[in-house]
Amino acid sequence: MMRALRQDKLLLFATIFVAAQVVLAILAPIVGGDPIEQVIMARMKGPSFEYLLGTDQLGRDILARILFGYRTSLITCGLAVLLALVVGGSLGMLAAFYRGWFDRIVMRFMDVLFAFPIILLAIGIIAVLGPHALSASVAIAVVYIPIFARLLRGPSLVICESEYVRGARAIGASDLRIVFRHLLPNLSSVILVQASLLLSAAILVEASLSFLGLGAQPPTPSLGQMLSEGRNFLLLNPWPAIFSGLAILFLSLGFNLLGDALRDSLDPRLRKNSGI
Amino acid sequence: MNRVLPIRFMAGRFLDLLIVLFGVSVIVFMMIRLIPGDAVAIMLGANTEITPERIAELESRIGLDKPIVVQYFDWITGILQGDLGTSIWTGRPVAKEIMANIWPTLELTFLSVLFGAGLAVPIGCFMAEARGKTAEVLVRVMAIAGLTIPSFWLGIVLIFLLAKLLPGAAMLGYVPFTEDPLGNLQRMILPVFALSLPMLANLSRLVRSAMLDALGQDYVRTAKSKGAGRFRVVYWHALRNALIPFITSVGVATGYLLGGAIVVEQVFAIPGLGQLVLGAISERNYPLVQSSILVLTFTFVMVNFVVDILYAIIDPRVAQR
Repeated sequence: MMRALRQDKLLLFATIFVAAQVVLAILAPIVGGDPIEQVIMARMKGPSFEYLLGTDQLGRDILARILFGYRTSLITCGLAVLLALVVGGSLGMLAAFYRGWFDRIVMRFMDVLFAFPIILLAIGIIAVLGPHALSASVAIAVVYIPIFARLLRGPSLVICESEYVRGARAIGASDLRIVFRHLLPNLSSVILVQASLLLSAAILVEASLSFLGLGAQPPTPSLGQMLSEGRNFLLLNPWPAIFSGLAILFLSLGFNLLGDALRDSLDPRLRKNSGI
Repeated sequence: MNRVLPIRFMAGRFLDLLIVLFGVSVIVFMMIRLIPGDAVAIMLGANTEITPERIAELESRIGLDKPIVVQYFDWITGILQGDLGTSIWTGRPVAKEIMANIWPTLELTFLSVLFGAGLAVPIGCFMAEARGKTAEVLVRVMAIAGLTIPSFWLGIVLIFLLAKLLPGAAMLGYVPFTEDPLGNLQRMILPVFALSLPMLANLSRLVRSAMLDALGQDYVRTAKSKGAGRFRVVYWHALRNALIPFITSVGVATGYLLGGAIVVEQVFAIPGLGQLVLGAISERNYPLVQSSILVLTFTFVMVNFVVDILYAIIDPRVAQR
């Protein structure tokens, strides 16, 4: 891993770019300060030394709100991708493992879930669960379950047919042992790459949902909600809208680059004519 | 190009289509029944006094007092006959409310697909041909950025810039094409650009790698050695084969755009299905939410069905598998 980092400049850059944003989100209360405190005298200020990114229409510090928005985004999306990976990934692996009618029924169901336009399915789920950050997590997870299921089923089929899995089965290894000792470790690089790419997409979906007022609810700061508030005062004070949008862009871009770089570095076959 | 489409392939795809449509309808049907708490009491709203009689009245109006299988059957037969139920608040047929709002969404999506997919081909070809040159690296970096630019943010930035540069330009809202074609298209420019940029970025990257792949194939070398011109090699021999994965991706991207259109509509104050659905959610008008999701998802499924068939026409190997 360390050697890969030194060799691959893009991977190094992406890792630092993502890590910096995650660390800032963790340190939000120290670096950013209070995201909810309203300073009436300092409303709609542009960037200055006192407020690095300015203040919004209620005199709240934009930098603090963005860093706490990072937290909301990362927690919501992290949870969503994890949930989708556990449920969807398990379904995909089990479908490949057991084959037959179980495989057919599971994958049919995944086809149906996959047939919905992403935002629309998420909106439907949130309509049922009520607008909340956790509902957004669940909604994004449901949307991604078929993606992980399809993604892990293919390679699992190949691995299940391999000599070493047959060998393990022949000496009497249990199903669980085969899944956890043989299947999962061989899928780890696919999982890592896809989790990063899906996290990048999830950040955009979460931002869209909270932009529509269907994600985290005030007073919890979220990037999409900041953008939607900032839009109302766009011509008076464009800074909140500009900075919150840039924050969404950087966070999503970071994970996208990381996923891309990981794919190139974990799969040497792709290296010669990779995308970037 | 005159070949008979394999009947078995078409029939198989049609069966898949029916199964998916059935599954989608069951999920959408169940949504309303999964709402925690008493959905009916919620639907009655906060302003009316909730009495058992009122609940019973509404329950029988929606048909909630029947067994669930019967409810589904009634619901789906109604839908197949074009009856999407009545909106709880206005009492108007849901189908009418949807028809009144669907055109802006469909127009926005259609124009975005046209723009995004249309431009992706020449840009992708350029990137493949000029691989490694400074201009190409620049375009490639822009493509990666375009992939992660939130389209609703891009929309807001575009509105801001245009409001500063061209005050007075009409760019928000919607006028039907039939009433004012120019005004309609003028108001569509910014939303279409904002909505299609991620798709353009994604598809042009795809065309690039497919073209790189195709340009390295033997038949391209053969064409070159026969003395075919650069234009003919790139746009006739290589592109035709590179377009195969491209077409499937356009189908999938349409789904993203349909969803994205709902968000971009909010930015540009376009009275489309997005406004209808979001309004319906805040009013807890569940039948309207349900039907809108169903109509848009069916549209998306049908688009992908057509894409699948097209795919088999362009690449007969697909149907033979």
